[in-house]
Amino acid sequence: MTDSLTFHFDVDGENFVSAGQASVQVKKNLRELGFPPEIIRRVSIAMYEGEINMVIHAGGGTADVDVFEDRIVIVLSDHGPGIPDIDLAMQEGYSTATDNVRSLGFGAGMGLPNMKRYTDEMRIDSTVGKGTVITMCILCS
Amino acid sequence: MTVNELTEKYGLSPVIVPEGEREIRGGYCGDLLSWVMGRAQQDNVWITIMSNMNIVAVASLSDVSAVVLAEGVSLEQSVIDTAAAKGVNILASEKGAFELAALIAPDV
Repeated sequence: MTDSLTFHFDVDGENFVSAGQASVQVKKNLRELGFPPEIIRRVSIAMYEGEINMVIHAGGGTADVDVFEDRIVIVLSDHGPGIPDIDLAMQEGYSTATDNVRSLGFGAGMGLPNMKRYTDEMRIDSTVGKGTVITMCILCS
Repeated sequence: MTVNELTEKYGLSPVIVPEGEREIRGGYCGDLLSWVMGRAQQDNVWITIMSNMNIVAVASLSDVSAVVLAEGVSLEQSVIDTAAAKGVNILASEKGAFELAALIAPDV
């Protein structure tokens, strides 16, 4: 078992403008640790999409990032409404976001597909009425 | 071509340019932020009419070389300050996105 570096963030569900602070911090940390730019880009975009989703749909949540030598694992956890139909939610263009969110340039139905696109593994555990946990893994080798 | 060279060649307005010597390779046009994050490549120039704070995070995380605001779109000072702090280059033009893309494309 290799030792990992762990980062924990609370994602503020009220503030759309400051959304992304955790992702930006992770980007900075990974850069300091010397990870290649393309890995950093994939991790930070996948995490930002997740953060935005937690702000839009779940009133915030937590983000935990484990950095190993050969992989980065991101766990996003919220106590929002849950995802009733995960296959539908994964379809590009499907969105339940409000018009207000769309006017900011989000809610295009590309968040979850982007998270899948930029990660090597992604698992969604969701219970309606209880919340959602998304686990993403990016391999660095 | 660098961000500074692009600015000068096409008479773009430098809104905030903390890293003007950054090289541009290719470009992307779009206003839906997840499309930008899904499709724009590292070092692209990104042409948009979006002006809210989230463009700074998207530009930074997508690692684009510069944002070009089309159609004379302007930014609030807080957005400019955040871009400065995060090293995000932002330029502006009165031209539309289509015209800007056609102009810039041969050079990048």
